Amino acid sequence: MQFLISLHVNPAVLDALTDEEKAALGGGHAAFIEALTESGELLTTQALVDPSQAAVVSVRNGQPAVTDGPFLESKEYLGGFYLIDCENKERAIELAAQIPDAAIEGLGVEVRQVMFAAGRLEA
Amino acid sequence: MTAPAIEDLLRELTPRVLGALVRRQGQFEGCEDAVQEAVLAAAVQWPAEGVPDSPRGWLLTVASRRLIDQARSDRARRGRESATAAEVTPEDVPGTDDTLVLLFLCCHPTLTAASQIALTLRAVGGLTTAEIARAFLVPEATMAVRISRAKQRIKAAGSSFSLPEGAEREVRLRVVLHVLYLIFNEGYTASSGSELHRPDLAREAIRLARLVRAQLPEDSEVAGLLALMLLTHARRSVRTTAAGDLVPLAEQDRAQWDRGLIDEGTELTKASLAGPALGPYQLQAAIAATHADAATAEETNWPQVQALYLILERIAPNPMVTLNRAIALAETESPLAGLALLATLDADERMAGHHRLLSVRAHLLEKTGDRAGAYEHYRRAAKATASLAEQRYLESRASRVRTPLQPHADGLGERG
Repeated sequence: MQFLISLHVNPAVLDALTDEEKAALGGGHAAFIEALTESGELLTTQALVDPSQAAVVSVRNGQPAVTDGPFLESKEYLGGFYLIDCENKERAIELAAQIPDAAIEGLGVEVRQVMFAAGRLEA
Repeated sequence: MTAPAIEDLLRELTPRVLGALVRRQGQFEGCEDAVQEAVLAAAVQWPAEGVPDSPRGWLLTVASRRLIDQARSDRARRGRESATAAEVTPEDVPGTDDTLVLLFLCCHPTLTAASQIALTLRAVGGLTTAEIARAFLVPEATMAVRISRAKQRIKAAGSSFSLPEGAEREVRLRVVLHVLYLIFNEGYTASSGSELHRPDLAREAIRLARLVRAQLPEDSEVAGLLALMLLTHARRSVRTTAAGDLVPLAEQDRAQWDRGLIDEGTELTKASLAGPALGPYQLQAAIAATHADAATAEETNWPQVQALYLILERIAPNPMVTLNRAIALAETESPLAGLALLATLDADERMAGHHRLLSVRAHLLEKTGDRAGAYEHYRRAAKATASLAEQRYLESRASRVRTPLQPHADGLGERG
């Protein structure tokens, strides 16, 4: 089963962390990536630039228009994600709990299963 | 020999060459890598240069050399000169078939199901890491890590290259059968869009089940599993439309079911039921055979299906079995009786919010004429499934039962 673990970050919360806390956060992700690669459960992971750098693209009457992002008016933004492949949802949640963000108030760690094309009907 | 024929030959030879090599050299881990490399080399060379006179001997020789190279470079890395591995090409030992021993090893109980499946497909099925990765839609590097880790775990567990004995053997065989069942199901639910590039796992699972049956012709659960696969596979061409939409059993064009597979599966089921023991695969095969026996959905022998589910529920209790029995009960008694049985599953936390429970309830509510209830449950089931094909199907059912007065999608999830 594949899951997307999305990391919702509040830039104000990140800014308020001490240097030690920031270093621990980075170190925590590095250790998590290493463990997940070793277990064969990591498919990919990426961190995204600050939401202030986002461009919002829309097309109206066939004409593209680009405005400054972010699209959502929110305190939290998508900061990055892990795409994992693991045994079941319980395992995905167990892994998500190992992400350092989960222990910090104001940062959100969300787990959602990736849909697949096939299916079956048996009765 | 054509490329597909060579591929089939290589798959068939893989477990035999690996077995012979491990018998001679020990260390399953290294031998498995060496055989995989030999198979990859053969897949490149044989179509171009022709198949050697003794394909098995060729593979053994090449794999042995790889193993020796591996041992040498390991020694060089460790900076030691002393140890001498058995640098001899193992003799071909005809007559021994280590397929079962390999299967028991690959389905070692310390491994996760995903690792058991991957290792089985490689070491016994003869698939390459790249093919297995494609089958499970993960990057090849991820699959390679999974396989190598699985082998390390087996090594750490200190398994010997021999068949488990006594009661242990029975327990381990169940694990092997479950792994083959999972491989089959993965193939059966394979996406039609990417089918061209994915190995046919259902076919591969059937091939492996046949190998096990050849080794254990007396085991009725092995026969039951093979029969269940054949009977299910017989419906493959009509279980989805050309566009990839799901077609429920009741609406499938039964004339298109594969008669050859059904006959073989039915015979196997009958023979296995005549045996002394009765297991879950045999019962599921018997249920599939009962469906296969009905020329139309209306002619289905539902009392027999319901009775078989009842026995299955007793010997292998599982909420999914109860769920399926509720469908049969709705046919033999009434939709309300089916709904009453479903209600007993509400307290089961494994089933809470499960899309199958929601969709079966929707189906039975529809049968009672409760269109509003059916609509709501089809919609909730559609939200709960991770399968796009199922979601499309459930949405279409919801649209079908929607009454003109019903709001489109408001207020869902409030009731029930």
